[in-house]
Amino acid sequence: MRWRHRDRSLLLWVLIAGVLLALVVNPLVRLLWASVHGAAGFTLDNYVTAYSRWRYLEALGNSLVLGLAVGLLCIVFGVPMAWAVSRTDMPGKGLVWAAVLGTFIVPSYLSAVAWILLAGPNAGWLNRGFMALTGAAAGPFNVYSMPGLVLVIAASSFPYMFVFTRSALDLISSEMEDAATTLGAGIVRTTLRVTLPLTLPAIMAAFIVEFLEAIALFGAPALIALPGRFQVMTTTLWQFFEFPPRVEVAAAYAMPLLLITVLLFWLQQRIIARKGYVALTGKGGERRLVRLGGWRWPLLGYCLLVTSLGFFMPMVVVLQAAFAKAWGRGFSLDNLTLHNLRFVLVDQPLTRAATVHTFVYGGVSAALALALALAIAYIVRRGLVPFGRALAYVAMAPFVIPGIVLAIGFYAAYTSPPLVLYGTAWILILAFTTRFLPIAYANSDAALRSINPELEDAVRVLGGGRLLALRRVVAPLLKRGLAGAFILVFIPATRELSAAIFLYTTGTQVLSVLLFDKSDEGNFEYLAAIGLILVLGTVAMVLAGFRLIGRDFMLRRTTA
Amino acid sequence: MSKLALARVGCRFGGVVAVDDVSLALASGEFVSLLGPSGCGKTTTLRMIAGLLEPTSGTITMDGQVISAPGTSLPPERRNMSMIFQSYAIWPNMTVAENVAFGLEVRRRSRDEIRTRVEHILGVVQMAHLRDRYPSELSGGQQQRVALARAIVVQPAVLLLDEPLSNLDANLREEMRYEIRRLHDEFHITTVYVTHDQAEAMVTSDRIAVMHQGRIEQVDEPRALYARPRTRFVAGFIGRTNFLDGEVRDDQVVFDHFALPQALFAEPASLSGRVAFSLRPQSIHLRRGRPAASQGTCAIAGQVVQRAYLGEHWDYAVRPQGSALELRVTARPHEVFEVNEAVWLELDPGQLAQIEDRPP
Repeated sequence: MRWRHRDRSLLLWVLIAGVLLALVVNPLVRLLWASVHGAAGFTLDNYVTAYSRWRYLEALGNSLVLGLAVGLLCIVFGVPMAWAVSRTDMPGKGLVWAAVLGTFIVPSYLSAVAWILLAGPNAGWLNRGFMALTGAAAGPFNVYSMPGLVLVIAASSFPYMFVFTRSALDLISSEMEDAATTLGAGIVRTTLRVTLPLTLPAIMAAFIVEFLEAIALFGAPALIALPGRFQVMTTTLWQFFEFPPRVEVAAAYAMPLLLITVLLFWLQQRIIARKGYVALTGKGGERRLVRLGGWRWPLLGYCLLVTSLGFFMPMVVVLQAAFAKAWGRGFSLDNLTLHNLRFVLVDQPLTRAATVHTFVYGGVSAALALALALAIAYIVRRGLVPFGRALAYVAMAPFVIPGIVLAIGFYAAYTSPPLVLYGTAWILILAFTTRFLPIAYANSDAALRSINPELEDAVRVLGGGRLLALRRVVAPLLKRGLAGAFILVFIPATRELSAAIFLYTTGTQVLSVLLFDKSDEGNFEYLAAIGLILVLGTVAMVLAGFRLIGRDFMLRRTTA
Repeated sequence: MSKLALARVGCRFGGVVAVDDVSLALASGEFVSLLGPSGCGKTTTLRMIAGLLEPTSGTITMDGQVISAPGTSLPPERRNMSMIFQSYAIWPNMTVAENVAFGLEVRRRSRDEIRTRVEHILGVVQMAHLRDRYPSELSGGQQQRVALARAIVVQPAVLLLDEPLSNLDANLREEMRYEIRRLHDEFHITTVYVTHDQAEAMVTSDRIAVMHQGRIEQVDEPRALYARPRTRFVAGFIGRTNFLDGEVRDDQVVFDHFALPQALFAEPASLSGRVAFSLRPQSIHLRRGRPAASQGTCAIAGQVVQRAYLGEHWDYAVRPQGSALELRVTARPHEVFEVNEAVWLELDPGQLAQIEDRPP
């Protein structure tokens, strides 16, 4: 009798919760299980293998050095730019803003390819320019080094630092600075003693994000560190997968990466949560811009220099190489050709298929992630199942799982029965879905929050069920917000490399994987053409996002 | 048999008791308001009637059938009610006509019938000319009319309104009060109306249930509620009032430095020991000289301590001689007294409403 009155949609909610557990929890559990499991049951041998060789430990050390150096360099790059754009009368802010967005759009592995063309020993543009100017026999730049790797990653990932710092600066009222000025402090002293300390929590939080980004990256380190004969954690993990794959050892080796990430994100949340430090909750008071006088142009120059490293210079060499018969012959009309693009898009079946895969997988996983995230956000917001909060945490959990770790978990979970997905496109699609679920969830939840629950109550009171309310009222109202969320998932899913590299097989390559695979053939014209297709695809989606959601949609802090 | 009955209904959220032991019965076609300050449990009660919330104790019955009880409640879509929400909850993705037609579509009425009934009800609420507008193109009052039309067109067994006028400006609010009552007089739908505005409740309702801290304090017709409040809270919430605390001694009711004969009170027999009363400011009259003793009224000497001119009337505070009390008195504009002036208070003890002597 009781069931007669139960909500018939309950079964659906339970099913969705089950899918979520399979996507997020199962790979993690299997990863952990694999790491402590050997032929004879429970064992710690895998951990011993993973940490008993000097070069594995050295790789771990390299990763930490890389993360710290990238974080520090990002402060140098990002903080002055954020201050200049937020608080000063520097000219050309629109240009700087566009360049930062551009930096976001160029994947870091493409940036690494570009820097190989720029600062490769001898043949790189910068070295050739140096030799031409000074008549020296060799150029000073070598991208295949730890400093080179740090520069490439920092130059392409500083936008996080910029966005975090700028949001904090945007919330500091001029009155706080005026208070210091009226007490006799000059601009420099006020900035150093008042403004910057107020933004310190944001800077620290961004530092953590940069650190984690740097140690979790696979593409750029693999392109630069391996030829430079040094290793980081992610490249070491990849080598465990060279035939025959040693998943158990990889799983054990991945654990510190997972732990560091979880701990630091927890720390970052604590830092951000200390609102008493700075008025991060709302705009306070009037804001005036600092007048820079003669310093306006040098500051703009600095901003353009930084964005040149991350955007302008890489894009110029990528464009040149993509349209060149041979990139080394430079910028002349007779060197121009459309052959590379045609070859990649039309002639070569492998790259043609990869192009299709990239956008199909990206689209399907964005749709899946969005459907799942929306359902979970709805369940949690409307309190439809007990312990809904826990579902929200699970949906956000992939945020603190490095892509490479998630990939190993997926490999461990879905290469053996009962569910064999390895070898199919689904393992890539589901891995992307899981990896970007947090973006979808955060955006779905925000969209849902804007809908008054009374709109649904009205449907029910008038005789419609909950599913009718979803179909006739909630879905139409969410359309716009969800289109934006779709784009925000679609973009990273089309460029994903660090999970895809572990999960692709012949027949399911995507462009990012292909770009990486072809890199050791040294055919940079094709690499550039592949990269250009990815960038153009992203630009098209970003433009669509502008139309749907507005100019700021990618540089909001919630998505960073 | 009552149309809708709440029997000892309670609702708690965790440790918080939102609604506590509420019983209420509505006759068919009756219009009852739940009136009370915010947080008194009136909206929670309404949502339980709608089926949007489940009671944690007690039962709700409609036409004798249990529709809500702890653990087993009929879902809202199967109660044949309709509800008007504080936010109106007009669906912004549908036009006026589509909004109104929705309930009929769910009930699978024929297309012709839907068209006829939507046209008719839009005419009744004077919205026929705006039938193809989207809600964002309507004013607040127009949205309110759409909400009314949408709720009434399905001819619900019970109509529920949750603070429907609180988002309108003052003039429109007054107009809509009468509109709601007019629609009730036309359709005779059993109605529960939640509001914190006593004037709204008084204009629209057959009976008013005053709620306080999750309980119903008093259910009565508007006039009885004003003239005969039974608790300190009701007396203070409905209109302004004076509270008088006294004690019955011999055949007198003794207050602070004045006394009134027990025989003149409305129900003299029920008075004994410590007693408390509510006396409306309109029930006291100010006189310059001692009024001639007349049937049933008493006179008390006092002094004006404060006054305010409010255009439609004077608002005086008068202290009976030697007393610490300050009685509020409403006087007509031409009855002018100066501060500190000695006056006589003329009042009818029969107007004193005895209230439960529960300190506020």
